[in-house]
Amino acid sequence: MIRVDVQKQLGAFALDAQFTAPAGITAIFGRSGAGKSSLIRAIAGLMTPDQGQVEIAGRVLFDTSRNLAPHRRNLGVVFQEPRLFPHMTVAQNLCYGGRHDWGAVIDLLGLAPLLTRYPAKLSGGEAQRVALGRALMSNPAALLLDEPLAALDAARKEEILPYIERLRDDANLPMIYVSHDIAEVARIATSLVLLDAGRVTASGPLEDVLSSPSSLRLLGPRDAGAVISATITAHHTDDALTIVAFDGGTLSLPHIPRDIGQILRLRIPAQDIILAAQKPIGISARNIIPVKITDISQGKGPGAAVKLIAGNTPLLARITGASLRDMDLSVGDDIYAIIKATAVAPKG
Amino acid sequence: MIPEAVYPAIILSLQIAVVATACALPLAIWIATLLARPQFWGRNLLNAVVHLPLVLPPVVTGYLLLVGFGRQGPIGAWLYDWFGITLAFRWTGAALAAGIMGFPLMVRAIRLAIEAVDPKLAEAAAMLGASRLRIFVTVTVPLTIPGIIAGAVLGFAKALGEFGATITFVAAIPGQTQTIPTAIYALLQVPGQEGAVVGLVIISVTLAIGALIVSEWLTRRAVRR
Repeated sequence: MIRVDVQKQLGAFALDAQFTAPAGITAIFGRSGAGKSSLIRAIAGLMTPDQGQVEIAGRVLFDTSRNLAPHRRNLGVVFQEPRLFPHMTVAQNLCYGGRHDWGAVIDLLGLAPLLTRYPAKLSGGEAQRVALGRALMSNPAALLLDEPLAALDAARKEEILPYIERLRDDANLPMIYVSHDIAEVARIATSLVLLDAGRVTASGPLEDVLSSPSSLRLLGPRDAGAVISATITAHHTDDALTIVAFDGGTLSLPHIPRDIGQILRLRIPAQDIILAAQKPIGISARNIIPVKITDISQGKGPGAAVKLIAGNTPLLARITGASLRDMDLSVGDDIYAIIKATAVAPKG
Repeated sequence: MIPEAVYPAIILSLQIAVVATACALPLAIWIATLLARPQFWGRNLLNAVVHLPLVLPPVVTGYLLLVGFGRQGPIGAWLYDWFGITLAFRWTGAALAAGIMGFPLMVRAIRLAIEAVDPKLAEAAAMLGASRLRIFVTVTVPLTIPGIIAGAVLGFAKALGEFGATITFVAAIPGQTQTIPTAIYALLQVPGQEGAVVGLVIISVTLAIGALIVSEWLTRRAVRR
């Protein structure tokens, strides 16, 4: 468990953030300039807050009477740049903070072929894997990842994301993951903290935050959307479709190259859900899910956020205020959600 | 071509330059580290004192050394009373003068190299549990080695060529404190010694070029990755 409460005045910018992060990956999401990196630096001890408290696994790292130096905090940090020591080999870099779980980390991250190389001879993805391994070998109490994939292209990201997922599922290590890419967050995070202009605007389990109507306002129409867990039940190779089941229905999606039985996380963007008062017929969309409206929220803009529940799975749809009025929707109505299959397909 | 009488000057020059560089280098690394840090109290004063030998006339530096480190001088008297060390008019004094004259050059080169080390690496090392001392020894110094070599070579070359402060502080006693530059000067005062002068000049040039080649080789070795 990580508890963070920090205040810091940085020129005209004020960081004033409180959140708790349980086990798993807590993503801190916000636009550039929201204060994400400052928050990470405050937790790491690289920046001293004006006041507040930082506590990790029951150990107070910072409060009014205590300010542990960064090297005494026992935290692993992976920065946006790998920050490998250029005069040391990969093996020497890895051992710098310790050799905890040497063999397991080498295996997990596929580092064996890189050990004798110098950082200058590594690709961006390889270097970031070494940086991750180096942080893990220091046996940290928590891992802080400050946009570790932001400098990498999509293919290199794909090289690293599975390792982070495996770490989330296998290691009992709390992680804080800073990102400005909602698809990345939706894929790996278990909890979510939304940061805007130095303040936490929402925090909680990922599914709850992303399906709450206020997230539409906080994330904007492009990034808002619920995340569901679904199991692959069949591949229809003739039609190049994969069928997945979730608590609330089934979806046919473009082929996903994973085995039957695997559990996927799917992000369903709020703007890719169409609502229908009656079950539509003669429509090309294949994914028509019966849902119940649990919340409606209309902000100042033209859009309205409609929170739905399919089975036990919350979904979030964005429709126009005009549609909301014309369809005469209200909380408790049983309606249908039409989900565009292409919008849902997971990357990779 | 070179009269045997000046052999001691060549040996002594090398000895003085080696001792001066070896003694001044650790101190120069330390001072350069201090100066590379952000503002602290007394930084400008320290900076000015370090650079003083570069801007003062060498004769003045030599005179100040004589006043301070002579047998009657406050530091010189203390050194003699407690350790029996005499610097004025000894080769050790020449090494002190040479070291002081080369010191600002060494500090500048090393400081620039330290400032060029990415502070992000120090942050990464700290997050891996390294103390400031360990970061300095394992990250800053290894990445500064080309600058340290450059500083050492500059200091060594300066020590080989030092004239004004040396001749003022320790004079040019043949066989005791006479170095290559003071020997060249003395030989120039005597008619018919042009051959010896040319010989010493060639040796001077050779030593200087040799030092450059060695530094180039060391630097390449240090950054070859």
